[in-house]
Amino acid sequence: MDNSVLQLAKQAILVPTGLQESNIHRVMDQLLNGSVDNGDIYFQSSHYESWVLEDGIIKEGSHNIEQGAGVRALSGEKTGFAYSDKIDLTELLSAVSNVQAIARQGQAATIALPSHGTYPQLYAPINPLNSLSDQEKVDFLRKIDAETRKLDPRIEQVIISLVGVQDHILIANQGDSLVGDVRPLVRLNVSVIVEDKGHREQGSMGGGARADYHYFLQQDRALGFAQEAVRQALVNLEAVPAPAGSMPVVLGSGWPGILLHEAIGHGLEGDFNRKGTSAFSGRIGERVASPLCTVVDDGTLPDRRGSLSIDDEGTPTQCTTLIENGILKGYMQDKLNARLMGVEPTGNGRRESYAHIPMPRMTNTYMLPGESDPEEILRSVKKGLYAKNFGGGQVDITSGKFVFSASEAYLIENGKITQPVKGATLIGNGPDVLTRVSMVGNDLALDSGVGTCGKEGQSVPVGVGQPTLKIDSLTVGGTNI
Amino acid sequence: MQTQEEISRLETSIHDLLLEAKKQGATAADAGLSVDTGLSVNARLGDVETIEHHCSQGLGVTVYFGQKKGSASSTDLSPQSIKETITAACSIARYASDDPHAGLPDPDRLATEFKDLGLYHPWGINAKDAIELAISCEDSARQYHPDISNSEGASVDSYQGIRIFGNSLGFLHGYASTRHSISCSVLGERDGNMERDYWYSVARNHNKLESAELVGKKAAERTIMRLGARSLSTRKSPVLYSAEVASGLIGSFLGAISGGSLYRKSSFLLDSLGTQVFPDFIQLHEQPHLLGALGSACYDSEGVTTKANHIVTDGILNSYLLGSYSARKLGMQSTGHAGGVHNLCINAGDKDFQQLLQEMDTGLVVTELMGQGVNPVTGDYSRGASGFWVEHGEIQYPVQEITIAGNLKDMFQHILAVGNDIDYRGNIRTGSILIEEMAIAGE
Repeated sequence: MDNSVLQLAKQAILVPTGLQESNIHRVMDQLLNGSVDNGDIYFQSSHYESWVLEDGIIKEGSHNIEQGAGVRALSGEKTGFAYSDKIDLTELLSAVSNVQAIARQGQAATIALPSHGTYPQLYAPINPLNSLSDQEKVDFLRKIDAETRKLDPRIEQVIISLVGVQDHILIANQGDSLVGDVRPLVRLNVSVIVEDKGHREQGSMGGGARADYHYFLQQDRALGFAQEAVRQALVNLEAVPAPAGSMPVVLGSGWPGILLHEAIGHGLEGDFNRKGTSAFSGRIGERVASPLCTVVDDGTLPDRRGSLSIDDEGTPTQCTTLIENGILKGYMQDKLNARLMGVEPTGNGRRESYAHIPMPRMTNTYMLPGESDPEEILRSVKKGLYAKNFGGGQVDITSGKFVFSASEAYLIENGKITQPVKGATLIGNGPDVLTRVSMVGNDLALDSGVGTCGKEGQSVPVGVGQPTLKIDSLTVGGTNI
Repeated sequence: MQTQEEISRLETSIHDLLLEAKKQGATAADAGLSVDTGLSVNARLGDVETIEHHCSQGLGVTVYFGQKKGSASSTDLSPQSIKETITAACSIARYASDDPHAGLPDPDRLATEFKDLGLYHPWGINAKDAIELAISCEDSARQYHPDISNSEGASVDSYQGIRIFGNSLGFLHGYASTRHSISCSVLGERDGNMERDYWYSVARNHNKLESAELVGKKAAERTIMRLGARSLSTRKSPVLYSAEVASGLIGSFLGAISGGSLYRKSSFLLDSLGTQVFPDFIQLHEQPHLLGALGSACYDSEGVTTKANHIVTDGILNSYLLGSYSARKLGMQSTGHAGGVHNLCINAGDKDFQQLLQEMDTGLVVTELMGQGVNPVTGDYSRGASGFWVEHGEIQYPVQEITIAGNLKDMFQHILAVGNDIDYRGNIRTGSILIEEMAIAGE
């Protein structure tokens, strides 16, 4: 690890609270002294700001600070957890005595975990909040607003939001010295409402990265989001009712990769598979997708929203192959589930904050490119749906049923895109949807950096991606029967 | 009483904080403080899996410099941090624009009476007893039927908290509340296919919770009923939203008549005040002062007094849901809905769930919805669903992997009946809702 990152994290968390490293060792000793297998302490100090422009004015801004420490004790399959918003010795010791109630009776089975050597730092330890002055931030929002409104006379409403986060993390693990991370994250979103002849529609586009605000100034990104939001809204003004029923569906590249996140990603998280509650449980080595499909979860892509140098348990992230040429290869693991399943952690142990328990979570989940030209994929469909953009999705990991909602879609007739249709929900079954993939494009794209994944009430930033895909049959939830 | 002392202490903090905001140049300010503690345990396969001790606090402050607004929040309640939080809010306000509609509520709208709404009933359960309760809940589910094959466990949660809110118009009030729940989720397996369902009970007072055994039994019963689910062919049919999903339908309606959606013109019910939005047998009324109810409150998130309200009478929309800001934007007055509704109730019909099935005769019962597929601007609606296919008023088989679609404006106009099987577990209290026709897409 870059030593300076650890120093920065210590400076942000320990210096203001006056907590000494020797205090942390003392708390760890106390924690592991009980009959627990393992334990950790997660310190966090997070600064978050948001600015919102609406009706042409800077309507509001907010600045938020969250800090605290979470203490966890693990014993067999059991977890004891307590946290405090105060980072001091008394609170930590009190948390320790609370979590030790989980310890098994009798013999302790302390488990030594391997120490991690060096790993690459995937983003700069910068503070996005300071990368522009407040005046520059509001000027920037006003400029995008003015440029957006110039794009089309039918624009009624423009809402722009700018969000920046700097997260400092320190993790105390058994037998390891402290590890730390400094995580920047920025996000810009433009949404518009357009009106024409009494019809109104919305369009929205955003993006972000583990970078500072200059990211949005580069390559005209901000204006690009605005243009895209307006384009989507105008397309939807023309949309006719979507068809209902099963049909061939072509999914666009990039954000439609939310298909992979919902249909298979969640089902391949280690906790569900250890417990046997996933439709994918016990299916390693089996065919779950067409041979054209290779899907990975990769936390190591520099500067991406879903990337982490180390996960929230201190494990360096990696690129984990989930499906290789259609065969199920592996699950995503945190430490607890890896230990119980007898495999190595994969750097997928994540938590929303110090006040939440870590779980296996995705990072950036995407499908590798294939060989088909996207045009050729569209040409191959006689009658079907081309879904170019999506809103959110959801999955029931036990039955495998998943949904995701198209926000921009078109009819394909005789190999040609004909007319836009209203947004519709697509529904399928995770374990077999990818077996129906008959063409994979050569145009892999990752999303623009907007994904947030929810699981058991915890939200974490993630990424998705895919090339253009053809699924021979998927249920489209329109109204036109 | 210790809680009362804590409330007084925190009220003093808010008082001091508002003075500090003034000192830093704010012309007006409001601030809220919360302190919460809780215990959450989960038992799985007959043994404890997790014990979580929650203890969190937070401060939020909004300041105004004339018509400019800035906000800040912090989880650190030390005097130094409180001061810095105010400074952060002030610094943001200086860069915000003049907004003629910004500001605190009109003083005459602020609550002045604070009834005891019976929201505070500490349980005092310890981890050991909570674990035993969770285990007995899960046992009851696992023993319900031989096809119950696995479990995600049963949980017992108990939270208590204090909320204080004050503003520079002299409003200052704090209260304590509790919230307890028991929940259970189990899996069933038949012919190699797994299904999962859950049930929960939640209440301010733990004595009002359903028994752990009953929660477990209902979770198992729901799971077993789903086994053998199949898809449907694409068709149009009546749809009966069971009470636990019908509240989402009413939630979409409330979103469409809330001030924020209206002044942004992002609602499919613009200019609908005084018009027929539901059939004439539908009444929606709000009862914010129900004793011990989950949504009860004397005032909204700005301190504006809440009142019993007839939002829809004989199907006609009487009132939007407005906070001060959206009210000013629309040239109206706050209705005490900053932060949403408080115990929104729909008038129950005289039919129970079985009678609704008979009224529907042939159609789809929906018990679970998936995904977000609702366009708030147009009302276009398309969501994943599972439930049961009904013929001759009787459930025939479970269904899944289908979608149901329509337009909300239309769906609301074509409600045929509301059941008396009210679900009291949330802020929206409704029975099952029967809709005349929707598009079902399937295999």
